[in-house]
Amino acid sequence: MFAEIEQYFRTERLPHIWCPGCTNGIIVKSIVEAIQKAGLDQDKTVIVSGIGCSSRATGYLNFNTLHTTHGRALAFATGVKLANPELNVFVITGDGDCTSIGGNHFIHSARRNMDLNVILFNNNIYGMTGGQYSPMSPSGAKATTAPYGNIERPFDICNLAIASGATYVARGNSFNTRQLTDIIYNGIANKGFSFVEAIASCPVYYGRKNKLGNAADMLKWQRDNCITKEAADRLPPEKKQGKIVTGILHHEPAPEYTTEYQKIIDKFQGGEES
Amino acid sequence: MNVTSINARLMQGNQACAEGAIYAGARFYAGYPITPSTEIAEVLAERLPQVGGKFIQMEDEIASMAAIVGASLTGAKSMTATSGPGFSLKQENLGYAVLSEVPCVVVNVQRLGPSTGGPTAPSQGDIMQARWGTHGDHPIIAVSPSSVQECFELTVKAFNLSERFRIPVLMMLDEVIGHMRERIVIPAPGELDIFERKTPEVAPSQYVPYEPQDDSLVPPMANFGEGYRYHVTGLLHDDTGFPSNSPAVMGAHQDRLHEKIRRGLNEIIMVEEAETEDADVLLVAFGCMARSAARAVKEARAKGQKVGMLRLITIWPFPEEALRQLAEKVKAIIVPEMNLGQVVDVVKSAVEGKVPVYGICQADGEIIPPERILEKIEEVL
Repeated sequence: MFAEIEQYFRTERLPHIWCPGCTNGIIVKSIVEAIQKAGLDQDKTVIVSGIGCSSRATGYLNFNTLHTTHGRALAFATGVKLANPELNVFVITGDGDCTSIGGNHFIHSARRNMDLNVILFNNNIYGMTGGQYSPMSPSGAKATTAPYGNIERPFDICNLAIASGATYVARGNSFNTRQLTDIIYNGIANKGFSFVEAIASCPVYYGRKNKLGNAADMLKWQRDNCITKEAADRLPPEKKQGKIVTGILHHEPAPEYTTEYQKIIDKFQGGEES
Repeated sequence: MNVTSINARLMQGNQACAEGAIYAGARFYAGYPITPSTEIAEVLAERLPQVGGKFIQMEDEIASMAAIVGASLTGAKSMTATSGPGFSLKQENLGYAVLSEVPCVVVNVQRLGPSTGGPTAPSQGDIMQARWGTHGDHPIIAVSPSSVQECFELTVKAFNLSERFRIPVLMMLDEVIGHMRERIVIPAPGELDIFERKTPEVAPSQYVPYEPQDDSLVPPMANFGEGYRYHVTGLLHDDTGFPSNSPAVMGAHQDRLHEKIRRGLNEIIMVEEAETEDADVLLVAFGCMARSAARAVKEARAKGQKVGMLRLITIWPFPEEALRQLAEKVKAIIVPEMNLGQVVDVVKSAVEGKVPVYGICQADGEIIPPERILEKIEEVL
């Protein structure tokens, strides 16, 4: 454990439950580094998660933590934030949790633009249940429930977030941690719904089934297949083919929900009978 | 009291429920439109900002239930309201609130089911779902008002019980009570008791979130944001709040959840008896059916028949003791209910064959009229 971030962990709860080679821990480190960089008060910060591998992170984090039901983290977080807008609210979720069972909450949370910081750990698979395909498993990928290859098409979840009205959308991966920390940090600064897709690797259930090599090979795959938005903007279309674009993909501020609600209270508080 | 100072109004049950929530100190509501409960949301959308509270229309029923749990964790007294299909959708997160001991009030204005059923037709068909709708063994508190006045006052009590015992409390209205308009006297501020949840008296470093501090077995609850950083989960856990697979820990957690309610039964159980002293026949009724039953008692008495009523205000936990005592005295029990036999079976089980129990069960969206109850009384006497 790095001494400078130890205060953000419940060290007595470690070691974590994640498999060897899983990159969830790397992403969690970027989250706390971003929180530290932003200078957020731990007492005033709530981290909400759903159900799945990545959602177990809340148990290890030394904040007000809320480990909820499958897919519903954003809805619980909405209640926390609206009831007390002074709290900084983060949501940790996985690809199954957020984009499948929680898909409706995701698009509506993006649309509503409440000041929530959402980090989606995308490992392309349901890990906790042992390797079933998710809405973010690539076409053709194998999973225990897609033994002959996945015939569905995956979401581009960042595009869905943008289309749904998210005011800040970024993508990073667990190889380029400096970038990942930066985009989470910039999301904290956005007053509104901030969404970060963090590409994770699951060597045990996804990697093994799809012959992607060991944990290091899967990290190298992230390195070799992701390009930054700045680099992508300079490349001709044919050179971008098959590449995953990382960085800040969208930032367009809009009125934030709890701020707008407070305006209603300020105007109507004290009025009783009509 | 000066007559002119009485705050008497003509009000609908749903509205009285919403106003009762404000009186109780509710400051957060999340909901989704559904007939016949929507007026509760409409009233609170207007009223909550007036008292500095928050209203939000969520994307669905599941999200509404989740949001009130999140809000309650910050210290806000929280409520949602729904009906039939929406009540089904809320069940998983209702169980979450039971297990993680987060106070909240859930109103279910019962309509005829199953499925979409009869959206505008009254029913009392969700009594068993209220008890067992979420999976796993769990305690629950459910109460049922029979008048508009009681919609107001029982909502206040529902919040008190919820905050006192750290458990969701279900307000089981039915469409008749929810949409009926009658005279209501709004209690003056301070007239009804308001219970505020117990918060920890120790420093954050000493706080063990799920460790009871007294015989009530209800642990003090810290609000998020006040320095007590702790973990809330839907997993069975120990007193620290962290999950455990140990059978001893999981069993102890389950036991405490049930035992805290058992120890509170005197506060939780509410019933009302009418004309039971010399009764040969006892009517057991709740919600709108208690109104038909009250009429039947009056008319039977006018005919010289000794009929009384036990009105269930609390339905879960079931008021078994009150019923057993009356079962010793009466010759027959009749349970009129707007379902095909839910409470009647619980009554039978409670009286253990000491006295015959008859149901008048109907699920066609119509109120069971006093005449049908009177016919049954003739039959059993």
